[in-house]
Amino acid sequence: MAATAAGPKVGKRRGRVLGNPGLIVSAVVLGAIVIMAVFAPLFAPYDPYAQILDDRLIPPAFIDAELADPRYLLGTDNLGRDYLSRLIYGARISLLIGFLTMLVSGVIGTAMGVAAGYFGGRVDTVVSFLVTTRLSLPVVMVALAVVAIAGGSLQVVVLVLGLLLWDRFAVVMRSATMQLRSLDYVAAARAIGASTPRVLLSEILPNLVSPLVVVASYEMAQAILLEAALSFLGLGVQPPLPSWGLMVAEAKEFMLFEPWMILLPGLAICILVLAINLLGDGIRDATAPEGR
Amino acid sequence: MAGDALLDIRHLAVRIPVADGPLHAVRDVSLNIHRGETLCVVGESGCGKSLTSLATMGLLPPTAVRTAERLAFEGEDLLRAKPARMRALRGDRMAMIFQEPMTSLNPAWTIGEQLMEPFLYHGKGNRRAAEARAVELLERVGIAAAGSRLAQYPHELSGGLRQRVMIAMALMCGPDLLLADEPTTALDVTIQAEILRLLADLQREFGMALLLVTHDLGIVASVADRVAVMYAGEVVEEGTTEAVFAAPRHPYTRGLLSCIPIPGETPRGQPLGTIPGTVPSLVGGIEGCAFRDRCAFAREDCARTVPVKDDGPHRWRCVLEDVPA
Amino acid sequence: MLRFGLKRLALAIVVGVAVSAIAFMLLRVSGDLAAALAGEDASAADVERIRREFGLDRPLVVQYLEWLFKALQADLGRSLFYPESVSVLILTRLPNTLTLAGLGLVIALGISIPLGVLAALKRNTWVDRSALGLAVLGQAMPNFWFGLLMIFLFGLTLGWLPVSGSDTLRHFVLPAVTLGWFAAPVLMRLTRGGMVEVLQSDYIRTAHAKGLPVRVVLFKHALRNAIVPVVALSSVQFGNMLSGSVVIETVFALQGIGYLAWEAISRRDFPVVQGILLMVALFYVVLTLLADLANAWLDPRIRRG
Repeated sequence: MAATAAGPKVGKRRGRVLGNPGLIVSAVVLGAIVIMAVFAPLFAPYDPYAQILDDRLIPPAFIDAELADPRYLLGTDNLGRDYLSRLIYGARISLLIGFLTMLVSGVIGTAMGVAAGYFGGRVDTVVSFLVTTRLSLPVVMVALAVVAIAGGSLQVVVLVLGLLLWDRFAVVMRSATMQLRSLDYVAAARAIGASTPRVLLSEILPNLVSPLVVVASYEMAQAILLEAALSFLGLGVQPPLPSWGLMVAEAKEFMLFEPWMILLPGLAICILVLAINLLGDGIRDATAPEGR
Repeated sequence: MAGDALLDIRHLAVRIPVADGPLHAVRDVSLNIHRGETLCVVGESGCGKSLTSLATMGLLPPTAVRTAERLAFEGEDLLRAKPARMRALRGDRMAMIFQEPMTSLNPAWTIGEQLMEPFLYHGKGNRRAAEARAVELLERVGIAAAGSRLAQYPHELSGGLRQRVMIAMALMCGPDLLLADEPTTALDVTIQAEILRLLADLQREFGMALLLVTHDLGIVASVADRVAVMYAGEVVEEGTTEAVFAAPRHPYTRGLLSCIPIPGETPRGQPLGTIPGTVPSLVGGIEGCAFRDRCAFAREDCARTVPVKDDGPHRWRCVLEDVPA
Repeated sequence: MLRFGLKRLALAIVVGVAVSAIAFMLLRVSGDLAAALAGEDASAADVERIRREFGLDRPLVVQYLEWLFKALQADLGRSLFYPESVSVLILTRLPNTLTLAGLGLVIALGISIPLGVLAALKRNTWVDRSALGLAVLGQAMPNFWFGLLMIFLFGLTLGWLPVSGSDTLRHFVLPAVTLGWFAAPVLMRLTRGGMVEVLQSDYIRTAHAKGLPVRVVLFKHALRNAIVPVVALSSVQFGNMLSGSVVIETVFALQGIGYLAWEAISRRDFPVVQGILLMVALFYVVLTLLADLANAWLDPRIRRG
């Protein structure tokens, strides 16, 4: 019976995926960015750190066709570095920090949320208290302060953001686990004497994947935005790394005459975050129960 | 005959667009109700009886499409009435109470505030008059300490009390027509009878017409002047309560009547009647009699357009000359 | 209501103590504060001298309790750069940040509530989709970048508004719009979601059945119920704006506590940093407490809980 019921359901789900242009477009865009970032040396026309001091501040062709140089598709920065190459390498930093932060915060938050939802009682009270406390801390200020003392490196940024962004994981996983726990088959598994770790691993966790993916996509986007903000404020990734936030900061002093220098890295962040968010939304819509 | 009716509905249809095509929820319903009369509309859930009353009030969900040859209230064409005119009629000349007393009152406002609203917005008087009227009606519908209830919130009241509040609210402007959409379905059995008796009393006292939607034939027998039986979006039989109960002409009505035991007449131990089968899907539309798949007397011509027959005020929709007993 | 209030108050106090501990410890466990203060070129002897001078060689708990005890008397220590005490510094900068966040919240609500109501009324039409699309787009932009775009467009190109400083109310317009823009999407979605749900409810049908004018149905009956979570969230958003002010105030060089925090962090002025952290966190704690109480007050069903 389960087999026959699966047929139309799978078909419907496929229909929902194909009928959702946002999901497909965002998956394609994100896929393209990931491929470009991973194989950055193949895609980048120049070394992102190479300074050609004769070719400084060359605008891209769509900004000023007269001053543009066909060798530099998106122009060069104030040190004569190829902007396109820096943008491509910048994707590596954003994706890496976004992904690793999401992993760190995901592990912390999911562990807390599942524990709170499954065990309830004291554990739940403690986790709720931790979430409330964490929410009271101003993320950007705390992150800035820690980076200022511990030093601005990729690892420090990932660790700080990971330790700050777990709250949503905890909240969502807690309520999802609570719902699952009360379902018949979980109760049945407990009743026939399955051990707690076994129930958690085989009955609870597999059913948390869908909400987990949605929260993860959101948090990854948040981490990317925060990294950009920290780097913009000079207390994140340090130069000469081509972090997009850092590129905006470096372009700030040329804002009046070369506004495109600010526009491009900002747009890059925007597109990446948008793709991740829409992918999360698309997955949520495609996996949501009927009628929601 | 229908010309002087308070409410005159002719060939009303309601279609609701759903994923698989239009759902013909109400198909060709003609009803009329006179001043001071009680008309009961009976049928299974999903037969279109609630939608018929909502269509009359102009309260259908926005996606639903309403068409009719005539829909007139006190001789006024409601099909052409502007939204502002419908608002002026609703709550004043025609009022409605609903199935779900638990959720039909706004949780954010006191019941006093909600009771007074129709009175105030229909310009019946100032707040003091509205408050006096609210207290008077709350007492009339059987709520003790009515004055102090006005400051209470809906969540502080039981379901039965909330339905009484709903009734009082519908009566604030002294309507000519009260539409009651299964007003007791959600209530405890003991309270059901009280609320129905209250409705019947109020109907006489206010001299208003009452259109009572229900699926309970026991109610019909005790309060209705006339009864309309609906099946799959159509009125299959309509007439005075005596005529329909004494000599049901449609096989569906027969089936319904055999489902209820009559104290003193139904022998103990005799199985109650059931109607085999299920209601057909109303998506896409139906040719011929909708009941034919479940009917013991179905014939070939049931698949064609079914004639409406009448015996004076008693009308029914069936090809059979006489249903065998 | 009283019991509910007291319970929430007790939680707020415990969270407040925890937050104060974190604000204090954070700077000490993140690395060697004395070394960071001394700078990269300092000798080991210099670092030790600084450690003793600032009392950083004493046990952490002793340092914390001393700081907390003084903090309770509104004494947050002295700045390492400014002549004023930390409390005075914060208090003189605070009005600017509160003005900014207040204006930001007004702008956010001014955008999100009408748009959310409109989207709910025109559900699944282009109006609804544009509003939701705008919200998704708005959340994807980095806030500092949006601020720079505002500076470029309205300040440098059009010359309509000043782009840095905090001398007049006009100076607050661009930063407040920026803050409001980022707080609006969440509030808009919440308003829309609430309205969609409420508009389908039975009591809205009742209100229509009573013949009430559309505006009364929409605002007195629908919005009144849909707005409850929005009110609660806007107080939380106000708290988020205080913490988000560090980015916006830096972009617009607006002399509030966010800008002060950035300056202090850049200069390792740790008494100021931990003072601001404590202040902003406590503000947030108080605001969430107020949000819960407002919720209870607005929704008669919670009131009794």
